[in-house]
Amino acid sequence: MSDASYIDGAEAAGAAPRIPVAAPSDYFQLLKPRVMSLVVLTALAGILIAPAPPHPFIVFAALLSIAVGAGASGALNMWYDADIDAVMTRTARRPIPAGRMEPESALAFGSVLSMLSVFTLGFATNWLAAALLAFTIFFYVVIYTMWLKRSTPQNIVIGGAAGALPPMVGYAAATGDIGLASVILFAIIFVWTPPHFWALALMKHDEYGRAGVPMMPNVHGADRTRLEILVYSALLAPLGVAPWLLGFASTVYGAVSIVAGAYLVWLAIDVYRKREGDAARRASLKLFLFSISYLFLLFLIIVGERTLHIVGVV
Amino acid sequence: MSIKPGSETDPQGGVVLTPEQARSRRARNIAIGITVALLAVLFYALTLVKLGGAVANRQI
Repeated sequence: MSDASYIDGAEAAGAAPRIPVAAPSDYFQLLKPRVMSLVVLTALAGILIAPAPPHPFIVFAALLSIAVGAGASGALNMWYDADIDAVMTRTARRPIPAGRMEPESALAFGSVLSMLSVFTLGFATNWLAAALLAFTIFFYVVIYTMWLKRSTPQNIVIGGAAGALPPMVGYAAATGDIGLASVILFAIIFVWTPPHFWALALMKHDEYGRAGVPMMPNVHGADRTRLEILVYSALLAPLGVAPWLLGFASTVYGAVSIVAGAYLVWLAIDVYRKREGDAARRASLKLFLFSISYLFLLFLIIVGERTLHIVGVV
Repeated sequence: MSIKPGSETDPQGGVVLTPEQARSRRARNIAIGITVALLAVLFYALTLVKLGGAVANRQI
């Protein structure tokens, strides 16, 4: 392999061409692996609550496609939001703002992976699931990233639909249909999103302000945000119990979801009451961290007990 | 990034990559190669799983 690459005339005549130095790990970072892990878990729950889950290899291919589709959304989000990422400490070390990758590379990477994931899912399962995955990517990139994120404090409320769709994609992949159970899982993630992100926004509102992102605390103030966190948490707690009430999760799930939901509401009350100084920050941090555990826990139990049921243990 | 269009080391007007650029390009090429190979295996296995035993029952 030669070390010489050739450039077109326009580039040769003007500025020096930009040769990328991005490593494969930088491309992997574009996929937002931690978000992908949650997407895989929730999509797997969607597949396993189906009356008759498909062949394990089809399940694997479907999960891979959904994970890559979610990752592609992340790459396209990092391409479009590179200017915002550069001014926020949490995101400044991402490949584009850190200068290790050209934005065009992220755009090409995300676009190719989007198409590949949708067509692979369509081929492996069915075209309803593929269409839902395509809609998820479109919603996250165009509706949330390009439109809502920079224009309204309801950005993560409406945009949360994109993050909530994987269980429905999974269920559709397994059944070719959209069932009530998958809609319930969608609703849990959808209602979970605002308290989760607003707890973060309460801690990082100055950074969001600098970046020009109209998060709830920046637009309507911290007090209104605390109230809305409490309202959404109070909605989420009973919704989290619904899989047990509707009969597609066990009593163990029911008990855990009641206790965890009550604790989530208690943390939201704590956020509502503590409004000043370090105590307020600590309360927001506790809610933010527990909200992640809450969602993982509920979906992990569903996946665990459905797996045991499928292999015939219970 | 030090890029030398049309430098002495490349009389044809090309770009001479720095060791870092060459290393990252090689790593990317290997990653693309592995991904394409895995994709071929995935589609091959998917085809077998989807066709299953029916592949032997088709009309000739």
